[in-house]
Amino acid sequence: MTATKPAIEVCGLTKSFGDHAVLAGVDLTVPAGTVYALLGPNGAGKTTIVNILATLLAPGDGEIRVAGFDVRREPAGVRAAIGVTGQFSAIDELLTGRENLRLMADLAHLDRRPATGAVTALLDRFDLVDAADRRAQTYSGGMKRRLDLAMTLIARPRLIFLDEPTTGLDPRSRRELWAIVRELVTAGVTVLLTTQYLDEADQLADRIGVLDGGRLVAEGTAAELKRRVPGGHVAVQFTGAPALAAAAAAHPGARPDADALTLHVPHDGSVAGLRRVLDSLDDDEVAGVTVESADLDDVFLALTGHAAETPTTTTPTTTTSTATATATTAPNTTASAVTAPTTEEISA
Amino acid sequence: MSATYTVRDSATMLRRNLLHIRRYPSLSIMLIAQPILFLLLFVYVFGGTLGAGLPGQRGGGDRTDYLVYITPGILFMTVASVALGTAIATASDMTTGIIARFRTMNIARVSVLTGHVLGAVLRTGGAVVIVTAFAFLLGFRSDAGPLDWLGAVGLLVLIAFALTWLTVGMGLAADSVETASNTPLFLMILPFVSSSFVPTDAMPAGLRQFAEHQPFTPMINTLRALVTGAGTDSDLWLAIGWCVLIALLGFLWSRRLFLRVPTK
Repeated sequence: MTATKPAIEVCGLTKSFGDHAVLAGVDLTVPAGTVYALLGPNGAGKTTIVNILATLLAPGDGEIRVAGFDVRREPAGVRAAIGVTGQFSAIDELLTGRENLRLMADLAHLDRRPATGAVTALLDRFDLVDAADRRAQTYSGGMKRRLDLAMTLIARPRLIFLDEPTTGLDPRSRRELWAIVRELVTAGVTVLLTTQYLDEADQLADRIGVLDGGRLVAEGTAAELKRRVPGGHVAVQFTGAPALAAAAAAHPGARPDADALTLHVPHDGSVAGLRRVLDSLDDDEVAGVTVESADLDDVFLALTGHAAETPTTTTPTTTTSTATATATTAPNTTASAVTAPTTEEISA
Repeated sequence: MSATYTVRDSATMLRRNLLHIRRYPSLSIMLIAQPILFLLLFVYVFGGTLGAGLPGQRGGGDRTDYLVYITPGILFMTVASVALGTAIATASDMTTGIIARFRTMNIARVSVLTGHVLGAVLRTGGAVVIVTAFAFLLGFRSDAGPLDWLGAVGLLVLIAFALTWLTVGMGLAADSVETASNTPLFLMILPFVSSSFVPTDAMPAGLRQFAEHQPFTPMINTLRALVTGAGTDSDLWLAIGWCVLIALLGFLWSRRLFLRVPTK
């Protein structure tokens, strides 16, 4: 695959299940050696696209070429080039980690010696040496996901599909997986990733496509997308209720949260805007200040006119609270300020 | 995909299925216990009375005569019992994520199925050996020579292939593991309407014709002729013909079910 030839070319892809149109004409180009993230809520069609590109599902209409091969006419060529790690673990739970990897090595038609070498190397790289001879059903969620990805890598695919690779993982496992994906990209692998988390797309992807109702409603780099979103807030925590009331009166567009003694002030992301908010505050009355950039819900509201229907974002978007932003960026609430890269904390 | 890869991938999948059989022994135990329970039930509960009604014995036979009479039918049910387990194993395997992974890999796809079939045939072999040993333990004796036994083994392998390809198809066609455990039950019931447990002569006209001409009857008759050393007749070719036909249809059906690219 040369740099001039895209790893994925999709033109006018449609797909319906019965009367229900899941994909309503998707155009997508992913250059070789880059990471592309499909961002969208449940039911947006992310998995359907991955399944079609991975030859697991027959497409409706459209031209689809993966690694230069037509998915309808040359599925074997596609399969020889790709690796898939899906949302549900594609490991054999009755086999040990080592046996799972060996199974993949045998199916990749590696000879005995290279197969053993590749298995040992991947166990080591994915920190599975101690658990290598235990049945995979005893593994934790993070270990299963690592084994899953290791199994995908054994055949050295040039193009990897990662369908919601960190859904359900704790923050540490997520970061480990992100590190692995970055290593792959350094090695020249093309990655198509689906995710519900803007920060994940932000961390990993060169380009992001926002999928909603079976259409790509926006496409661009993380920075480009965020510029299109007016969201973002400064959350100011006060030491007492009178101070909160006074500040709320001074910022008519802000939303006070009396229980948390916090005022959420809309913020356009500029330094000047931040300075204006800070200048209006009295140091003695403020317990803490948090700057929150746009989260997935903000992006969705701005681009589609409705909120993302993700399970983690149930609060109305216009009043995004710290708790919502935390839930969106880090599934486990522990150490959220550290793990959520879109949130910067400033001590007052 | 070349033939070499088909053989190599099938061997890989066979190893996977043998590991599954080893790691999940309770299914094998249940599948082998089934025909053994039938053997005990029929020999010790019904055997005295049914043995007395056997033709060709002076004044009817006894319990041991009946044991000899039903052992071939019980061996057939052993094959059917393991085949039922194969439907369950195939259906439950299809629900696991690793099958989706296999579908995205550049491998001989049919090897997923041949792995199941070869594993099941080996499991059937083990089950048949255990059940035969059990029959000997209960007093089964025969005049069959080595060639007869070899023929019996060959026929049992052929029956195992036929029933297994059929039940792999049922496992693939089933929408749930529960369905997969129900659809092949007729394999356990049909032997009752055959020459397995009583001679077909004793049945009323319509039933008798069905029992005499259903595909399992020539298989069971031939097995009986082989394991008792009585010498085979034209039933042998009929039995082989049915086995080849069922195996072929089961294979084509299974392959079609597995290879189609789903549209939903």
